[in-house]
Amino acid sequence: MTREHNFSFETKLLHNEHKYDPTNGAVSVPIQHASTFHQHSVDEFGKYDYGRSANPTREAFETVIANLEEGTNGYAFSSGMAAISTAFLLLSQGDHVVITEDVYGGTYRMVTEVLSRFGIEHTFVDMTDLTAVKQAIRPNTKVFYVETPSNPLLKVTDIRAISDLAKSVGALTFVDNTFLTPALQKPLLLGADVVLHSATKFLSGHSDVVAGAIVVNDPDLAKQIGFLQNSFGAVLGVQDAWLVLRGIKTLSVRMDFSIKSALQIANFLQNHPSVKKVYYPGLTDHPQYKIQKEQSEGAGAVLSFELESEEAVKQFVELTEIPVFAVSLGAVESILSYPAKMSHAAMPIEHRLKRGISQSLLRLSVGLEHPDDIIKDFSAALETIAAKNQGEIVR
Amino acid sequence: MYKNETKVAQIGNRSETQTGTVNPPVYFSTAYRHEGIGQSTGFDYIRTGNPTRKLVEAAIADLEGGDQGFACSSGMAAITTILAIFESGDEWIVSRDLYGGTYRILEQGFKKWGLSSTYVQTHDVSIIEQAITEKTKAIFIETPTNPLMEETDIQAVAELAKKYNILLIVDNTFYTPLLQRPIELGADIVIHSATKYLGGHNDVLAGLIVGKGKEVCEQLGFHHNSIGAVLSPFDSWLLIRGMKTLALRMKQHETNARELASFLKTHENVVDVLYPGRGGMLSFRIKKEEWVNSFLQNLNLITFAESLGGVESFITYPATQTHADIPEEVRFSIGVCNRLLRFSVGIEDVEDLIKDIDQALTRLSSEA
Repeated sequence: MTREHNFSFETKLLHNEHKYDPTNGAVSVPIQHASTFHQHSVDEFGKYDYGRSANPTREAFETVIANLEEGTNGYAFSSGMAAISTAFLLLSQGDHVVITEDVYGGTYRMVTEVLSRFGIEHTFVDMTDLTAVKQAIRPNTKVFYVETPSNPLLKVTDIRAISDLAKSVGALTFVDNTFLTPALQKPLLLGADVVLHSATKFLSGHSDVVAGAIVVNDPDLAKQIGFLQNSFGAVLGVQDAWLVLRGIKTLSVRMDFSIKSALQIANFLQNHPSVKKVYYPGLTDHPQYKIQKEQSEGAGAVLSFELESEEAVKQFVELTEIPVFAVSLGAVESILSYPAKMSHAAMPIEHRLKRGISQSLLRLSVGLEHPDDIIKDFSAALETIAAKNQGEIVR
Repeated sequence: MYKNETKVAQIGNRSETQTGTVNPPVYFSTAYRHEGIGQSTGFDYIRTGNPTRKLVEAAIADLEGGDQGFACSSGMAAITTILAIFESGDEWIVSRDLYGGTYRILEQGFKKWGLSSTYVQTHDVSIIEQAITEKTKAIFIETPTNPLMEETDIQAVAELAKKYNILLIVDNTFYTPLLQRPIELGADIVIHSATKYLGGHNDVLAGLIVGKGKEVCEQLGFHHNSIGAVLSPFDSWLLIRGMKTLALRMKQHETNARELASFLKTHENVVDVLYPGRGGMLSFRIKKEEWVNSFLQNLNLITFAESLGGVESFITYPATQTHADIPEEVRFSIGVCNRLLRFSVGIEDVEDLIKDIDQALTRLSSEA
């Protein structure tokens, strides 16, 4: 862009330096499939030499996400886990990570089964308990790993407090910002060093692409992540980079709609006699409601709730008609997941139960359907389950 | 049992019964609906398994004679995925003359996690044997090597690996399963930068791994999913599309490379020609280092670019491109000097290629 703009976030989603192609004016970024680029001289290589190192389409997404997170550099990966794995490559043998205990199952698996074999230690803590976090610090602690809200219990971590703590011991703060996206929360502005995304989720939002991203705002970290992205090579394909860019254009409108629906659904569930507990940071009785309000502009579109039994969960899944019963989240379609057997299946049952991820917990990612339809669907399912159980008692 | 030429042409055909499509659909869906708890269709989440990716994984496993294939987002992602099955304290023995990207991830990446590598010449098995220690867990070879085009006797190395209970990993990027099937010769894992000959059109970045044996495949499958450096559905489809003409392309690459090798040997401004007699890759040294830049700029048809294995001819300068991450003294000691050029011979008319090379080389001595 020729002029310095101070556009609001919603406008920035659509109007950025890639809004049109400089050569022909195309308003959608072209997909550059070339894996390699012609060089004109041995002494002076062009900006692009090989597709893994840099690709113009991937770069467009990388600059867009960096800009949205208010960081300086963005990096795109072939999945959220590829982004997380690459970020962990910053560590060396003998380093230690303090990590939130109800972390995504895939990250849990990476830390416990891969990093541990390469001599990188970890301690799981309740990140909402600053005393516990402080106690977990060791002389070799190099990273504090935060998911907020956490998955699947939607606990909210005070990003600034953790970042300050990390800085005081010379460690980095990684924040997985998948659930809220920069539309609602910008961890770099709260002191975090590395922002991670499964761009498969809300950023793309259409259940049609798997992608990951890292954003940083420090030149030295940027250099290191850039080096690792190129060396490891878990980069995002160009077609997929384009699909993510396409999804991002509607990020704000999708988020706004889904958040409103999520709150309505959370209220409905909380008032329903068959629902034991609702986890949603947008509810005023959520334990970290205040922090959530302070550090973000919304509670997001993911909530979890507990039914009375595992049997009730099974029936609920079979009886509901609208949400797809599947893994993943952050899509135009509402997605109902069963963490015990899906997102957190990689976590041993005793660890799951200790963290409160029970066998009767369901996670709902609220999509773009009309919330009244979802509430009607859920209400009917819960009624049928209650009637059935009552029938059994009478018999 | 069909021949590989037939197999590549048929990849993805008969994969779908509902419509009878001969060209497989690209499945973009990230998630798969389950009928109920515990009722999976076999597909849950795109990173774990995708029907389009599965086709290319099955195809490469079949072509290489392995048990299972894994598609990754780049050749380097494939190598890193394999590295993840090892642990701190393990050692690798690696071809001394090696792709710079592999050298970089070993030296600047996995070294800090406690996995060390010893670099040896692999044409002589006794040299490899001398390097084996109690901690050696794998031998990683490129054959032919990049860029010096030296071949290694895979079978002999495989016997050695078996004797010491070490895994043998072979980078088969340069020859593809059409010319060389390392698993049949005793290797445990084969890897490919599928960006090269398998894709073949310089339009897709991809890596493939093939494992032989239950334990190796289980470990690779676990890390493929947990690290998540997987190949996208569209890129899987592009790779399948490229692989369908692999047999035709390899024949033409090889025919052209043979003729070019003969021509280069006779040219007065060329000192050495390194060509193993098969495949489409060759390297050569020109007489003077100061000629390199002019030579590359004199080329009208052949592209000066990194990468290889595409339909278009490429010339690469290893010193500043593919092998820039290898320290200069190491590079020089193995023969990757500043006069060495690597030629990925394309499928253009060979007379046109010879003409372009000839005029670019001849102008050097007339200018000087």
